[in-house]
Order: sequence, then structure tokens, then C-alpha cells
Amino acid sequence: MSTTVTQPGSVPPGDPESEGALSRYLLLQKAGGLVAPLVTALLAFLVGGLVVFATTKSVPDTLTTYKAIFEGAGLNWFLPWETCSDPCQSAIRLEQTLLVWVPLVLTGIAVAFAFRCGLFNIGGQGQYIAGAIASIIVAAELPLYVDLPAVPLILLTMIVSMAAGAGLAGIAGLLKATVGAHEVITTIMLNWIVIWVGTYLFGFEGPLQNDQSAEIPKSNDVDPAGKLTQAGVWGHPELQGLPWISLGVAFLGLVVYALVLNRTTLGYEVRAVGHNPEAARYGGISVARNYVLAMAIAGAFAGAAGALDVLGWKFRLDTTDFAGTIGFIGIAVALLGRNTSIGIGLAALLFAALQTGTSTRNLDPEIFPPELATPLTIIIQGLIVLLVGADIVILVLLQRLRRGRRQRSPA
Amino acid sequence: MATEAPILELRGITKQFPGVLANDHIDFDLRRGEVHALLGENGAGKSTLMNILYGLYHPDLGEIRIHGVPVRMSSPREAIASGIGMVHQHFMLIPVMTVAENVVLAVEPRRDGILLDYREAGRRVQDLATSFGFAIDPDARIQDITVGQQQRVEILKALYRRADILILDEPTAVLTPQEAVELFGILQTLKSEGKSIIFISHKLNEVLEIADRITVLRRGKRIETLPAAGATEESLAKLMVGREVLLRVEKGDSQPTESFLRVEDLHVRDERGIEKVRGVSFDVRGGEIVAIAGVDGNGQTELIDAITGLRRPESGQVVVEGKDVTTRNARHHFEIGVGHIPEDRQRRGLVLDFSIAENIGLHDFRKSPASRLGWLSPRRLIERARRLIKEFDVRGGGPRTPGAALSGGNQQKVILAREIDRDPRVLIAAQPTRGLDVGAIEFVHRRLVEERDEGRAVLLVSLELEEVLSLADRILVMYEGAIVGEFPPSATEEELGVAMTGGGRREAVA
Repeated sequence: MSTTVTQPGSVPPGDPESEGALSRYLLLQKAGGLVAPLVTALLAFLVGGLVVFATTKSVPDTLTTYKAIFEGAGLNWFLPWETCSDPCQSAIRLEQTLLVWVPLVLTGIAVAFAFRCGLFNIGGQGQYIAGAIASIIVAAELPLYVDLPAVPLILLTMIVSMAAGAGLAGIAGLLKATVGAHEVITTIMLNWIVIWVGTYLFGFEGPLQNDQSAEIPKSNDVDPAGKLTQAGVWGHPELQGLPWISLGVAFLGLVVYALVLNRTTLGYEVRAVGHNPEAARYGGISVARNYVLAMAIAGAFAGAAGALDVLGWKFRLDTTDFAGTIGFIGIAVALLGRNTSIGIGLAALLFAALQTGTSTRNLDPEIFPPELATPLTIIIQGLIVLLVGADIVILVLLQRLRRGRRQRSPA
Repeated sequence: MATEAPILELRGITKQFPGVLANDHIDFDLRRGEVHALLGENGAGKSTLMNILYGLYHPDLGEIRIHGVPVRMSSPREAIASGIGMVHQHFMLIPVMTVAENVVLAVEPRRDGILLDYREAGRRVQDLATSFGFAIDPDARIQDITVGQQQRVEILKALYRRADILILDEPTAVLTPQEAVELFGILQTLKSEGKSIIFISHKLNEVLEIADRITVLRRGKRIETLPAAGATEESLAKLMVGREVLLRVEKGDSQPTESFLRVEDLHVRDERGIEKVRGVSFDVRGGEIVAIAGVDGNGQTELIDAITGLRRPESGQVVVEGKDVTTRNARHHFEIGVGHIPEDRQRRGLVLDFSIAENIGLHDFRKSPASRLGWLSPRRLIERARRLIKEFDVRGGGPRTPGAALSGGNQQKVILAREIDRDPRVLIAAQPTRGLDVGAIEFVHRRLVEERDEGRAVLLVSLELEEVLSLADRILVMYEGAIVGEFPPSATEEELGVAMTGGGRREAVA
């Protein structure tokens, strides 16, 4: 038996000197984090394509349908070679897409922020409605008694709405922190409470039903001073119009989300609790306090979404508004966006485009039967959520592919 | 080569992981009827090599030969077909199924083509166990048997699949000393039946006890293959670590100052309301190491939790430098100068998804320079981490590397760095070397003695008598929630052992 004593290599593996290789590895992981959601979305469209194919019975028609959805969402406005006549069709559609994008971004953040603290906030919808109800109370009811100029009225509305969302979500956080009630259960129950409070307030004979027509279950209109459209809109003001303020707040939300999480002590605590509550406690961080705080902050984002929709383009609430799904799609946005700022922005755009692009108004009825368009949207949305859960599988498949290729090509 | 051709040969096995050359041209061979130990520190490449042999990884370079014939292991199925069986450190058993069902899983005896023949399965497993001298009940459920018995089920599983080569990955890590003795008996029987065994370990004494030959790996390379006869713990440690290792700690006499930590008549209950600490009193002075020895589960965990503010005691007092801190929280304890190296570094000591820099800031992120007015300064966290990584010789990554990517020893160094760098008056170290390899243990021990010499009060809780005896200036033995005796470091293991099992107390009562 020969014995050889090998000298250690020049750079021992894993020494600080080899940080280059390690950072490359981390980058690869991050790339995986970008590739997986992309593949997820693509796969969802591919499977969704089967549904379209079953309807249209031809491959070219399937492709045309997707093109029509793309154009229905107004996304062709970004393409440099597209020209448009006046009024610009694609701009009007894009405006509608972005109108949906704003609340999706904010409710997406509401889910993601809680996620980072290890909490699953299913209550985005309730917090959104709480914000919307609060903004009606401040911007439509309060001006009946007090005269407020635009800026203070809008600011007050935003603050009260965010507080409403925060308070509602905070209840779930408090219950989790004190008695350990699971936040999934409590947020779902709180959703229903808010929905029925809203239905009571603005429904027939409700205390806040509008003063004009007793036969319509809706609220009073927002005071003209409170309308964000006053401050200028992007796109076509005669159509819905997208207030610059809403767009700005959504972008600001994304920036604030990233900064708070990564650059503040608050975010550090939230992430520590999210990753390992036991280690956080050992480190001197109050887990209970962070559960309450993280939920409240999450709720504030969703509340802001409700306020922006009311002040931006809804201007009133009626009882059918409570049946919406914005808050729930927010969950899918956070999942697909992997709880990152950029991810949430892009995922919200995808879901918003899907929603607008398949709306009966925007999807060309010659290409795809409009009555089947909404089911198609929901199928694709469902597929994305399903596949997001399977993104580990997708990553493994990608890795297999890569390895297989390497083995086939002689090194 | 020796008397006969090896039944297994690994030639030039090389495996590159991102950033790490895990195996660098490793040669290894195994003869019929021998125990060949694979010795190395954590991260030396032992598990990688065995996972390659078992078909879980594919080598970038190199060749595997069985009975002289080159084979390609692309999955465990092929490894099993080649007569290789692996017993993993974490067992792959189904708790609700019986021993026999687990053993025959996936190769079940059938009746009428489709029906599982339970009786036949039980009979075959019983026969197999008897033939190798195992005491085991084939009808017992896995969840009802001890860890040692579960390990035997894993070995039976491999034997049932006609394995001639058994790979045991750190098999004694989960066993009590008594179970380890039984395992070694089983291995002797297997050897005499002509089975060959690869025994992976980083424990020197057991390798010397069971192995015929030893191959030492270090940082992905094979350093040497030598017969166990003639080797010593010191010589193996040197090969493993690459330098002389002090297996005994060198330290001068302690110069205790005044009391920094005083515990008085402390009573603590656990989550289930059971009183685990029953009236413990002691004090630790600056410049001395006081060790609490005892068998696991005698209230040490609850005692430490209460002293560090993680658990509210029922009654009694904890006094740090004259200040009563009994009812204060963990954060307050850190702020007045208590450092705490927790028992479970992965569950409590580190946020594994956080980077080293973030982990090092776990107690100080609220304060300047780590943050100002609530704004973190990642740059300052990283600067500090870079300094400490150097000072504490943390290997395996830089400030941005996630804690999860480090080996156990390096994770412990990060915790040590964090706690010591805060300049605490009292340093509490709960099982600071659990699961570490010799190099890392030496580092932790040396550092604890240095901190004592700096004048800190060090409270050590350990289950390892050898560690207690070599580090402590005073030894307290804890049994069923009470301190049953105080010993000088000149005490023998036997004396401590008797006290740890309640012998001392019975004498005292009598």
C-alpha cells in the first residue's frame, strides 16, 4: 500500500479568497429565482393554450388569441413599431391595465411583507375593503360637514384608510402574538366581517347609503376635492383615466417595501422572525411585537390600495364592490413575484394585463368568444398559482436539462 | 497489494461543487471482510465520496470498480444491484410501519402476484436477523423501538438486498455509548460473515477501536491510508487537521476575582409545567470556568434559559454583577454583558438564511455603528464580519455567505465571534463543541480558556466528561434539577459519573 501525503492546494476550498466562486454560485441561485417564475408563467400560458386550442380548434388561432389578449391589455403600446391613431386605442387599454396594476402591486406587497415575517396574510381583500370603506367615510361623508381643501382631504383619506387596513390586519397579528390563533383563519374571518360591515353600511336602508336614490345600494360620491383625477391623469381623461398619484404611490410602495425590509432595523427584525423565530427570540427580538407590526404594515399597504381605487376612479362603493378579488390575486402576485419588489411589480403587471386583455370589452370577439374569456383568465391565473407551488420541480427539471447537456457534450 | 484483490476500488474520484472541490482525485479500496474507516473533519469530503459510490452524485472524473470491473453508478438502484448498502446518518424508515415491512419495502415477497405476503416477510426478516445475531422483533413498529434498534433495521434492509459492502455514515452520532458498543459487536459479526464495511467517522477513538484500515481525508484530498494497528489518536488527529492538535487543553491556574454571576435558589418549570430546576444556587467569578456536568435532560437546558432571560423562573434570583435580572428579557441580558453560546446553534444560535454579517449583528443591529435611527448600514455589518471572520478563522465563505452554507464548526465560530466580540463579563457556553470535529473543538476550548484569562466569568454546560474535566476550574454536577455535588478538576470520570447518575445524592441523604 503506497502512502502519499498530498500538499494542500494553493487555494483551499471555501477560503475567503475563493469568494468569487461562491458569489457566482449565489448569483446562479438568484438567476434560478428569476428563471423559475418566468418558466412558471410561460408554462401556464402553454397549458392555457390547450384550453384556447380546444375552443378555436387551430394552432394559428390560438396564437392569434394570445396576440389579441396582449393587445387587449394595451401592452403593444410599448412596442416601438406600433403606431396608433387618435384616440390611441392601445394607450386607453394600457391605462386600464395599469389601473388594475396599482391595487395589485399594493395588495401583493401586503401579502409579501407578512410572508417575510413568516405569516400568511389571506386578508388582503378585507384590508383593501377596509381601506376603501374608510376612504368613503373620510372623502365622501366628512366633506358634508366640514369643508376641506384637496391636499389635506386626500392626505387625511390616505392616512385613515391605511390605518383602517393596518388596524384590521393588526387584529390578526395580535391574536397570533397573544393566543397563537393562526393568521390564515383569523384573516379569512376578518375578511367576512368587513364585507358584511360594508354591505350593511351602503346597502338598502344602511346608515351610509347614498342620499340621492334610495333604490340603489351604494355610497355617496367622493367630494370633488378628493378625486385624484384633479391632479392630472395619464391616458384618456374622458375614459377612466389613471391618476399620476396612484401610479406614483404604487411605485413608491415597491421602493418603500424593499428599503424597509432590507435597510432598516425593523426589516431586519421582521426577516429574522420570518426565518427563525427561535433565533430571533434568543437574539433579543420580540417575536410577538413583530407579528403585530408586520401584519399592521401589510394591512396599511392593502388599505392604501382601497383608498387609491376609491379616490382614483371608483369615487363610490356599491355592495357589488365587496365581491371583488383584488386582494386574493395579490396572493398570487406575491407568490409569483417571490416576495421581491421587482418580482411583485412584474407579476402584478402580468395579472393586470391578463384581466384587462381578456375583458369582454377589450378582447376581439372575432378571435375569441367573449363569454369564454373570463374563464380563460381564471384558468391561467389558477395554473400560475399551481405552478408557483411547483417551482422547485421546475428548478430541478432545469438543472437536469443543464446537466444532461453537459454530459452529452464531451468536456 | 495484500493477500487478495480488493472487492471495491475507487480511482481518482473528483467532484467539483460550486466554489468547492469536494473530492480531489481520491483513491480508496476495500477488501473482503474488513472494516475500512473513512476519517476526516466535517467538510473533508467523506460524505461526498460515499454519495458518489452510492450513485447519489456523479463524479466529474474517476472510476469505480467492483471485483475489478468498472461500473457506472447513476442511481442508488444500481449501487444496490452491485451489492452496496448504505446506512445514512438520518434513517430512511417509515415510522408507522413494522420492522419487517420497512425491511422488505420495494422488494416485498408477494402472494398470487399482487398481494403482499406479510407472514413471509416477517419470517424472512426474522431468519436474516437470527443469522447475523441481531435481537429484533420483526412485528414491532419503527416508532416504538429505540434509535439503536432502528439503526439495526437499516442494516437489515441493506443485508436483505444482499449487500456485501455496507456504508455506515457516522453511525454512532445518534447512539448512546451502550448502543455504540452493541453496534460494534454487530459489525464484528458482519465482518466474520465476510461482509466489508466502510465506516465514516470523525471520532478518533471509535475508529481505532473498530477499523482494520483507516483512510484520512482532508479538504477533499486523500492524505493517507494506514493500518489501524500502530496508529494513535494523536497521529490520526495530526493527519486529519494537518498540524499538531492538542487533545488536552493547556491552561494555567485560574485567578478568580469577584462574583459576576450569582444564581440563588432558582426554580424553573418547562413548557409542560414540570419543575425541571429545583432550587439551584451557585456563583461564577470572573476569571474562572465553572462547568455544569450531567446527563442530558436533568434540567440544564431550563437552567440556562432562565439565566439568559429566555424563560421566566418560578422563583429564585439571577444576579449579574450585583444587579437582579431575574425577570428581565434576553435583550436586557445581552445589554448588561452576558454572552450566550446556545445549545442548539442551528435552531437558536443562527438565522441560517441570514448572511454571516447579518448573523453577527443579531444583538447589535439596533445600535450604532450597525444602524443609525433605524437605518441599517450593511457596509458596517460587513466590515465587522470581515474582521471577525479573520480573527476567528471562519472558513467556507465571506460576510455575505448564508449561515446555512457553513459547516457546523464554522457556524459555531461565527456564534463564538459574535458573543465574544461584545466583550461580555459573563460568557455562558451550552454544549459549545457538540458535533464538532477535533480541529474546531480545539479552537473552541482554547478560546474559552483565553476568555477566562481575560477575566470573564465562564459558565460551561457540557455532557462530555472529558471536556468538563479538561476545561473547568470547578465542576458542579446536576442531577434531576439540583446540584448534587461540587468537584475540583482533579476529580476522576468515575467520581463524576457516580454523582451524575444520582449516586452522590443518595450517599448524601443517607
